[in-house]
Amino acid sequence: MTTEPEVLGALTGVRDPELDQDLVELGFVAGLDVDGTSVAVRLRLPTYYCAPNFAYLMAVDARTAVEALPGVEEVRVFLEDHFTSDEITDAVQRGKNFVEAFPDHADDELDELRTLFWRKAFTARQARLLDALLKGGRSAEDVEAMRLRELPHDADGERCRRLRRDLGLADDPDSPAFLLGDGAPLTASQLPRFLRYARLVATSLEGNAGLCRGLLRTRYDLTEEEVAA
Amino acid sequence: MYEKDGRKYYIVDGHTHFWNASPENRNKYGEGFIACFYDYHRNLSPEEYVWPKEKYDRYTEEDMMHDLFEIGYVDKAIMQPTYLRDFFPGGFNTTEQDAEMAAKYPGKFIVNGSFEPRDGEKGLDDLRALHQQHGLKGVKLYTAEWHGASKGWKLNDYWSYRHLELCIELGIKNIHVHKGPTIWPLNRDAFDVHDVDHAASKFPELNFIVEHCGLPRLEDFCWIATQEPNVYGGLAVAIPFIHTRPKYFAKIIGELLYWIGEDRITFASDYALWQPKWLVERFVDFQIPEDMQDELGTISHEAKAKILGLNAAKLYDIDVPAELQLPESKEDVAIGSEPVSVA
Repeated sequence: MTTEPEVLGALTGVRDPELDQDLVELGFVAGLDVDGTSVAVRLRLPTYYCAPNFAYLMAVDARTAVEALPGVEEVRVFLEDHFTSDEITDAVQRGKNFVEAFPDHADDELDELRTLFWRKAFTARQARLLDALLKGGRSAEDVEAMRLRELPHDADGERCRRLRRDLGLADDPDSPAFLLGDGAPLTASQLPRFLRYARLVATSLEGNAGLCRGLLRTRYDLTEEEVAA
Repeated sequence: MYEKDGRKYYIVDGHTHFWNASPENRNKYGEGFIACFYDYHRNLSPEEYVWPKEKYDRYTEEDMMHDLFEIGYVDKAIMQPTYLRDFFPGGFNTTEQDAEMAAKYPGKFIVNGSFEPRDGEKGLDDLRALHQQHGLKGVKLYTAEWHGASKGWKLNDYWSYRHLELCIELGIKNIHVHKGPTIWPLNRDAFDVHDVDHAASKFPELNFIVEHCGLPRLEDFCWIATQEPNVYGGLAVAIPFIHTRPKYFAKIIGELLYWIGEDRITFASDYALWQPKWLVERFVDFQIPEDMQDELGTISHEAKAKILGLNAAKLYDIDVPAELQLPESKEDVAIGSEPVSVA
């Protein structure tokens, strides 16, 4: 037996890989039907044409996350109002991989895509942490000397730790707090140029997330309370 | 022409449509497409500019002339076709529809064409014929367009290059690139603009105007545009944020000015998604907020004049009245050069 709050809790662990935000905060969970050991999750997206590769990842990840809950035996995930609703709902139901779901349109799985967006997310999170540190009076040299254990334990800091593990980058507490994309430590002299680009990535991600939230509200006539701006 | 505080601006709307999304001309995919467009329109427009859905499906010639030229300050509008025949059997917005309208109002419009690389040799013949009929100066390419079994293509495919070579031969020098959510293969990021990088390097004699300045991949766009001098950023979709999210717009325009400079950004309303009147008015009034100027700098009146029309006028050899031109000055050099490798 499981409950709705437990299922929602599990879904907060699932992210839109493109936006690096969770499905619940984004308002992508349209509804749940929890019936004893059986759970149905209905997902909705900001547009009819949202990219199917990210939609597939969210649907599959949602199923995996809910299935891991104790007392859950059956999970179904429905993607609503999307041009690939049938393909993705069916793929999740039957455990098809992406190439099986879109045999004529895909030539590989989505690992590379996911990794690419983990990198973008990592860069954007580091930009926010760096900006906060510099605003707080730290110098470029301080930042270079910082260790991972000194990184704040806020949302950005925790997400950075997780992304470093997922990306196979150094994650022991004594490793440098900030890394370039290839895993090399960020040096004081590289900081200004890195930050310029990293802020751009953050702007891009935050902007997209804002647009997605706005479009979702417009599409489903939701209030700002239901989906924050 | 728009005039404010004694300054005059020549306006080229770099991206406009005369579309037909009426219920008789669409299947379920077309219905989804125009509904999605309508949500963009409703979500980002000031309330007084929001149309009823029926009008949005199929507005009239008079609407368009009124909104662009009577009240919208536009001196010249570039019509960008988007065929989408797999969604709209009669075509969503074809070169023929555009040309018919343009012929009625001489001097107002520039009619762009398109090509379909997936048609191979036939695509080349079609482009030749289209050029012969309309004397094209530019093409609009939508790489997410469906075509039979295909859900998209890339600019650096073999047949794309063949078509771009033909563009050079025919003197079609402006290539407008629009990314969308589908592509071949579907497992790749559909909004990725790296194919533009390859094509722009290979064909330095062509100008590549990336619509939406690469949004939702602003970072990828800036990354390549800073390295390719023939890549431009079109402001369609980006500029309406000036109303709903001005700080975000400040970031976008500030980043564009930094990475590619004021000579390679072009204004566009994407009419009828949005209307030029309020976009032009707000843009001329716009300044990067003070608390962001340390990081992003400011935007000058000269930069605004270039973005609103003078840059596009250069690309399309449009004669700009002398009093609307800027004194000759050196081209602005973008500050952002070779970016550090982070990805």
